[in-house]
Amino acid sequence: MISPAGPSLASALAALLVRDLRLAVRIGGGALMGVLFFLAVVTLVPFAVGPDLALLRRIGPAMLWLGALLANLLALDRLLASDYEDGSLDLLLLARPPLELALAVKAAAQWLATGLPLVLAAPLLGLLLDIEPAAMGAVALTLLAGTPALTFIGLVGAGLAVTLRRGGLLLPILVLPLAVPVLIFGVSASNAAVVGPVPFGPPFMILCALTLVGLVVGPFAAAAALRHGME
Amino acid sequence: MELVADRLRCVRGGREVFAGIGFRVRAGEALVVTGPNGAGKSSLLRALAGLVRLAEGQAALLGADPELTLAEQAHFVGHLDPVKPSLTVAENLAFWARFYGGVQGRDVHDSLAAVGLGGLAHLPAAYLSAGQRRRLSLARLVAVGRPVWLLDEPTAALDAAAHARFAGLMREHLGRGGLIVVATHVPLGLEGAQALRLGEAP
Repeated sequence: MISPAGPSLASALAALLVRDLRLAVRIGGGALMGVLFFLAVVTLVPFAVGPDLALLRRIGPAMLWLGALLANLLALDRLLASDYEDGSLDLLLLARPPLELALAVKAAAQWLATGLPLVLAAPLLGLLLDIEPAAMGAVALTLLAGTPALTFIGLVGAGLAVTLRRGGLLLPILVLPLAVPVLIFGVSASNAAVVGPVPFGPPFMILCALTLVGLVVGPFAAAAALRHGME
Repeated sequence: MELVADRLRCVRGGREVFAGIGFRVRAGEALVVTGPNGAGKSSLLRALAGLVRLAEGQAALLGADPELTLAEQAHFVGHLDPVKPSLTVAENLAFWARFYGGVQGRDVHDSLAAVGLGGLAHLPAAYLSAGQRRRLSLARLVAVGRPVWLLDEPTAALDAAAHARFAGLMREHLGRGGLIVVATHVPLGLEGAQALRLGEAP
């Protein structure tokens, strides 16, 4: 099938990406909020557990991952809700670019605005948790590979939540169980790099696989949820 | 080009909103949908736009590009204005113009001028009044050419001058062979338009 709007599809999706990034970095956007939350969680850990460097080193990767997961979850709420509230979502449904692609682009913009800053902030915060530079590189790598999965899985939850009243409360409950595998393999790959005798490779590969599955399944599931729920 | 709707029936939340609605709107014609609150005017327009599922019947645009659905050839203006407060007026419109693509209408500044927002292009949309937000929403119709306009009380919040200007835009669209289906409570100044009155709310 020949698409009548071949070159304009890319331009339409680029416009959406630029708009969502602009919204995220301007006043009232969510880009800074996620990083600040991440910073707060991880900064508080050394004060909470005390100056036991060995302990900090052991739980450091888990704390970084927990912080990243919660920061991601915090930002998910607005991923589709603001477009739903002002009617933009209706117009996205009427436009020619397939809804699946539009949602994938929205999730990509969300990750660039909220996920990528977490990956970049993690090495600095690793200093607070006494993680060695080489190991910190590995932890940042797992975050880079794993946080897109959190965003794209969250997209499904966001799609379901906007079609239900009071969906905001439901979102974490829907998304958390699906995010658990990402957390498990993210932390085990990080631990393997920091302390463990176990190899880094296998859990990291599974983490990458989870992300790839999320990238494919997320937009389709979210689009199906929106189409079904749009009444 | 002709918009044909046949025996449309819509059920929302277990309640039948309307049934047995049928009409034909030819190129250059308008259909004005009236009726009391809750009669299903918005539901009818949302159903035509593909945003609400029809329980029975179908609506189709005959004589148009068969690759595209009715929704993909229609502009829908609902009760909400899809305007992002942190973007400027021009950025808001430029986004929808690029995202909708297809037939290019006037450029962003001409479109803003057409709805009387020409001087406000660089103002963040957060500072617009309700009527100005609505005009920004309507500027989309001018910026991207689509044959069918589905308008749900498009003149809500508009002042008399903006109302008259928009009536002019609608007549221009009809003159170019476009189709308009509009739900309204106030006279819009569309001479010779078909009328469809939806029943009393239960």
